Amino acid sequence: MKILATYNIKGGVGKTATAVNLGYLAARDGYRVLLWDLDPQAAATFLFRIRPRVKGGGKALIQGTRSLDGAIKGTDFDNLDLLPADFTYRNLDLLLDAARNPARKLSRLLAPLRTAYDVIFLDCPPSISLLSESVLHAADMLLVPLIPTTLSVRTLDQLTEFIAGFDGRRPEVLAFFSMVDQRKTLHKEIAAELPRQRPDVAATAIPALSLIEQMSVRRAPVTAFAPRSSAARSYARLWAETRARGGLRPAAADRPGRG
Amino acid sequence: MRTALREFVLDGGGLPESDADLVALGPRLRWRGGGRARTIRRTWLDTFDWRLYRAGLTLELATGRGTAGLTLTGRDGAVVAAQPAGPAGSRPRWPAALGALPVGPLRERLRPVVGVRSLLPVARAASAVHELRVLNPDDKTVARVTVDRMSVSYPARAVLPPRLTVTALRGYQPQADKLARILAAAHGVSGGSTGALEAALAAAGRQPGDYTGKISVWLSPQAPAGAAVATVLQQLLGTLEANVGGVVRDIDPEFLHDLRIAVRRTRSALKLAGDVLPSGLAARFRPEFKWLGDLTTPTRDLDVYLMGLDGMAAGLVAASPAELQPFREYLSRRRAAERRQLARGLRSARFSRLTGDWRAALAGAAARKGRPAADQLAARRIRKAHRRVLADGTAITASSAPEHMHELRKRCKELRYLLEIFGSLYDPGEHWQAVRELKSLQDCLGEFQDTEVQQQEIRAFAAQMMDERTAPAATLLAMGEIAAGLAARQRQARSDFAGRFRDFASPASQHRLRAMTEAAAP
Repeated sequence: MKILATYNIKGGVGKTATAVNLGYLAARDGYRVLLWDLDPQAAATFLFRIRPRVKGGGKALIQGTRSLDGAIKGTDFDNLDLLPADFTYRNLDLLLDAARNPARKLSRLLAPLRTAYDVIFLDCPPSISLLSESVLHAADMLLVPLIPTTLSVRTLDQLTEFIAGFDGRRPEVLAFFSMVDQRKTLHKEIAAELPRQRPDVAATAIPALSLIEQMSVRRAPVTAFAPRSSAARSYARLWAETRARGGLRPAAADRPGRG
Repeated sequence: MRTALREFVLDGGGLPESDADLVALGPRLRWRGGGRARTIRRTWLDTFDWRLYRAGLTLELATGRGTAGLTLTGRDGAVVAAQPAGPAGSRPRWPAALGALPVGPLRERLRPVVGVRSLLPVARAASAVHELRVLNPDDKTVARVTVDRMSVSYPARAVLPPRLTVTALRGYQPQADKLARILAAAHGVSGGSTGALEAALAAAGRQPGDYTGKISVWLSPQAPAGAAVATVLQQLLGTLEANVGGVVRDIDPEFLHDLRIAVRRTRSALKLAGDVLPSGLAARFRPEFKWLGDLTTPTRDLDVYLMGLDGMAAGLVAASPAELQPFREYLSRRRAAERRQLARGLRSARFSRLTGDWRAALAGAAARKGRPAADQLAARRIRKAHRRVLADGTAITASSAPEHMHELRKRCKELRYLLEIFGSLYDPGEHWQAVRELKSLQDCLGEFQDTEVQQQEIRAFAAQMMDERTAPAATLLAMGEIAAGLAARQRQARSDFAGRFRDFASPASQHRLRAMTEAAAP
């Protein structure tokens, strides 16, 4: 099982859109996928038409009085399940603070799901907090959406330095440009140049497209309702890069011949 | 993910002919979808010996318009793994080895269950599938309802009553439960007791798991021994014949393995209990079954070599596995040639005559009456074979020649086959324990003998490859290292022998066998 977390300290950069679309693509490839919507704003939960409610709230999950397994909901798509958000997730930091070894807590909570799923996506709220630290420790790979500006590159450096300070296991970082505005020269330049200079920046960039915004109206991944669109193709390329970097075996649908 | 919650079979009178009919079964629910039925071609796959079925798994390939998907489900209908079957043109042609399946989690799930066996179609059908979804007020799907009208085309043609399935989405069990209750109350809907594969096979007059390479004849202890032995031999003939097609088509190495075991058991039965069959029968057929056994040996030896080569290559220290490639190719060429010989033998008039005459002879023998009773014969012969193993094993010392170990191995096989042939006469627990203790000794002797033979063979192969000028120096060196590895394994087996034999010959073990075979005449 691989744990992939979409993470950025900033909000509105495309974390949820990435988790939802890559989750859908992984499931379509035959992987058993779980997406945990850790953001109390519940955007991923809303997109899958699932009610943002977990019995006992975040407290029950963190304190272990309710198993993650029992809170999981099936989405309308085969192989893709969701652990919904709950408004009480806004207090996850406090709950983690009270727990023993909070940085490893998420990792421990996810351990029983190891045999049930091939890939788990963690959709994180924008912050630097005890929760994000616990996510960073649990994840095998961080998917970091970046708006192509100089400042966001600085944020990536800060994140990489922070992870470099971890003892033992560290997640691999795969940043990628998101919401790239083709009309802005700076966006185009940074998005083209940086992947050549830095191995931790993916070659694929996700353009700013109104079809991606349509997801909140259609309440489905763009890769599901417009699979041949430019937006969906961009996510497919990003998923292929993620899969290769994450050491996930190539999926059946893309394989040219017999294995 | 989906969990099949309830499956119903509809009787002819109450079929929903349209979406409206189905919706009318639950008018207060929010239904969505429908439209025209999709036609799906369904192929259920398993190994020849039903390894998936026995492991509680069902593998189905569903092919629709432009799409094909493989789905692995558990006994409860829950999906264990699913993935696309790959683009048209590159999909496996059945029978196919596991390696021909698309790379992915489903293949990995199958690997430990399927092993070296190939997957082959066990049933084929065409389904007209009509699916509707039931939604909650957020337009979220909470359950799926499918009506499946299935026509079976293999192993025989049959049309099944429509099947209606309610599938719950995870976390929405209560809603799907409610739907199932509503549908169950509707006229013409009854709870289905079997899965689609079982239903398809039943309609074709078969049942899953109807082949096993094991002896599964139930013998009556008081039956005449001659009739009992003939009944077991009839089943062994069935096993032998069931595997001929797979050997000739070279589907996977286990067909030949099962065929050889059936031949060896037959030969042992003729040797050790042939005297209770009609006079002259054993003497007449023993040479023919020896011919058949010998016919299969070269291909099987090469199969064993090829299957073990990856493991041996992984243990190389000085050489690299890639240097063995010419050796692998040489083995494959040799095997292809030997297999052609084998296939010719199995298609020959001599083989047809053997099986035909043997069947006729056994039919007469199975109806014979007379003494001794089956349990008495079994007990005497098992005790005698056991005494021989004890005597031969006790005589083996650290300086005994390999031939003595080989002779002991043959005696152990005889005892093992007797225990298997007459297994149904004994308490399953005691019988299992006796076989287990013997098997541990046999494994050790097998390792000793196999590594002995393989060392001799690899020298012969190397000489042959040099004659053919197909052996680069690096390959010969790698083969030398393999030979050294085999010698080390043989030494290990030799040093394990004393302990294994001590366990087998322990007073407790001897007492168990004597108690089990108490029916023996004093």
